[in-house]
Amino acid sequence: MDFDLSDDQRLLQDSVTRLMADRYTFDTRKEFLKHPSGWSPDIWDRYAELGLLGLPFAEQHGGFGGGPVEVMLVMQQLGRALALEPYLATIVLAGTAVRLAGSDAQQSAIFPKIAEGRMKLAFAHGERQARYDITDVLTTAKRNAGGWVLDGAKSVVLHGDSADELVISARTAGERDAAAGITLFLVDASAPGVARRGYALRDESRAAEVSLTGVHVPDADVLGEVGNGLPIIEQVIEAGIAAMGAEAVGAMEVLHEMTLDYSRTREQFGRPIGQNQVVQHRLADMLMSLEQGRSMTMLATMSVTEPDATQRARDMSMAKVGYGQAARFVSQQAIQLHGGIGMTEELAVGHYFRRCMVIEHTFGDTAFHLARLAEQVE
Amino acid sequence: MDLRFTPEEIAFRDEVRAFIRDHLPADIHERMRLGYSPRKEDTVRWQRILNRKGWAAHNWPKEWGGPGWNPVQRMIFLNENQQAQAPEVSSFAITMIGPVLIQFGTDAQKQRFLSRAANLDDWWCQGFSEPGAGSDLASLKTSAKRVNGHYVVNGQKIWTSTAHHADWCFVLVRTNPNAAKRQEGISFLLVDMKTPGITVRPIISIDGSHHLNEVFFDDVKVPVEMRVHEENRGWDVAKYLLGNERTGIARLGKSQERVAAAKEHARDVRFNGRPLIDDAAFRQRVAQLEVDMKALEITQYRVVSAYAKQRDGRPDPLSSVLKVKGTELLQASTELCMDVAGPQAMPLWAQELAELANEPDPEAEWAAQSTGSYLFLRAASIYGGTNEIQKNILTKAVLRL
Repeated sequence: MDFDLSDDQRLLQDSVTRLMADRYTFDTRKEFLKHPSGWSPDIWDRYAELGLLGLPFAEQHGGFGGGPVEVMLVMQQLGRALALEPYLATIVLAGTAVRLAGSDAQQSAIFPKIAEGRMKLAFAHGERQARYDITDVLTTAKRNAGGWVLDGAKSVVLHGDSADELVISARTAGERDAAAGITLFLVDASAPGVARRGYALRDESRAAEVSLTGVHVPDADVLGEVGNGLPIIEQVIEAGIAAMGAEAVGAMEVLHEMTLDYSRTREQFGRPIGQNQVVQHRLADMLMSLEQGRSMTMLATMSVTEPDATQRARDMSMAKVGYGQAARFVSQQAIQLHGGIGMTEELAVGHYFRRCMVIEHTFGDTAFHLARLAEQVE
Repeated sequence: MDLRFTPEEIAFRDEVRAFIRDHLPADIHERMRLGYSPRKEDTVRWQRILNRKGWAAHNWPKEWGGPGWNPVQRMIFLNENQQAQAPEVSSFAITMIGPVLIQFGTDAQKQRFLSRAANLDDWWCQGFSEPGAGSDLASLKTSAKRVNGHYVVNGQKIWTSTAHHADWCFVLVRTNPNAAKRQEGISFLLVDMKTPGITVRPIISIDGSHHLNEVFFDDVKVPVEMRVHEENRGWDVAKYLLGNERTGIARLGKSQERVAAAKEHARDVRFNGRPLIDDAAFRQRVAQLEVDMKALEITQYRVVSAYAKQRDGRPDPLSSVLKVKGTELLQASTELCMDVAGPQAMPLWAQELAELANEPDPEAEWAAQSTGSYLFLRAASIYGGTNEIQKNILTKAVLRL
């Protein structure tokens, strides 16, 4: 048992923290939102310069060989800044799919470009009817000469609008909900038959609806084994759950700090509201939730590399419930203690609140994961 | 960063687990399994077995008869002991007075008391709270006037757990009523419970048990050499005692044991025509508890490993999180057991009935004891500094409001 960071990890944490403090204030973020992509290509280049875009990839593919702890450190800072860039989509989600399922040729072709900031990916798996059921895939891939033809639709594809390539799941066999028969494909986002409708989520981050009509994918762009994509999809989602936990922790830290500051300066009845014990105890409750949420994020982070899939899934569900409930409590209380001003678009609090909400609804909400755990009670 | 136990820690855990399994007397284990609180003689018998192994004084240095464990090992030991349904070692002896004497005691006090405390040759109790000094401990009024090499103690203590079993009591008394700050007029005394002038009166708690007492001091003579640390510096000792390695207060192993017991019994009772364990709402309640216990477990690891690294021995304010969350879980898990017991949670006479039928009825006893611990552990969020006081501590120490 050891909670210390290595020197390299501390260095990484410091450099990301510095970058975000210098370049990513709430006001500059407003400017970034005005960019057509909805995020800052300039900051994306800074991430590349710091080595963040190649962080979890192998060194022979232009990466830095970082693990889940390194990703956690980065995501926590991105969470603190409410960063808008497609880091989760490209590096954590689609990046994990390519890293785990991609051939050496595929990894060599893709990772150096990602690491240099020249390519963005998105993970197009979820479908409208599926809600959180990961085997509910209706998109089909049918065999044709030298490849496959994809038809179907993918929903709420995180940063799907600015991706250059999409990692798409489709059924090559089996009925809806069957665990077997799902295959992953690497698809050029501008390929004929791919249509994307981009939009903002509630937290101002970007997503897209993707429709696929007779999209031809050559055999060379199959990612991993045909019909056996599910274990990869599970691990992609697990990496996402761990990374979003770190983001939620970053967001909760800021919400707690802002609320604490506000309680020191906001005066009512002739004294700061933080002098009231009812407010003090609420802040203490928020702190306890934040710390429990942090513990659960550590659990998810450590579990990403757990070899036993059943244990891993269980840890991930526990973590998602734990940090999801913490984030909901902390973010709701932050608004409550700010009072009317907390309800405004002008203040950052509401933006963090909405990021927490989006995180909770990505890859299974609290009810979904609690039900999954309840099934396993024995 | 690595949440897993090291191979050494796993080997240690297995050693502790095997020792407890092989040495815990069967009759004690059976009573604990049925949910009874350990009797004094159960605690003494088990603690002496542990002491022969050198493990009873789990947080003492080797020099004074402890095993010299690091905080991680201590946590593993406490957790294993709780999960194994063994009596917990006497906290008054081991986590309270022992470390206090090691830190502040005179050589004579150490020689006289430490090894006897480890072996429970002396049973200790804690004389802190008073009718007018609960959460506001520093307002205590029990007085001690110095007369010819003695203190003469007058006053009243309350909520004194196990005072009726005790040979000795460590008592906070006011030696200077005129001190500028009330914390500066307090001293810490060791009082022989056989001294004339001491009266112990039982307080029966809502579970029907006699655990708590009032203790009255009427011109009780305490030799000056029974004072720990300097006169009027007793508050330092009390603070050290209350802040000393509080990670044990979460009693996570106990909550884990209670939830495991609830699940086991939920297989045997029915709900809507099926075993209760198959009910979706029940399973979800268990799942939520398991999530909360996991979060507490990791937070406890964090506090313990931070504690293992810092050498100044200052309590981590995060241990207040452990106290609040740990006691909430202790209460929720005993509540779960009581709810599993269902209508059998109500009868007060389960044991009586078993005796009348002339054959043991373990299910009925378990059910009755589930209610008993549910009732008694309402105290968990009150003792050891109420959970509201813990939030005050967090407000001051972490939020700095």
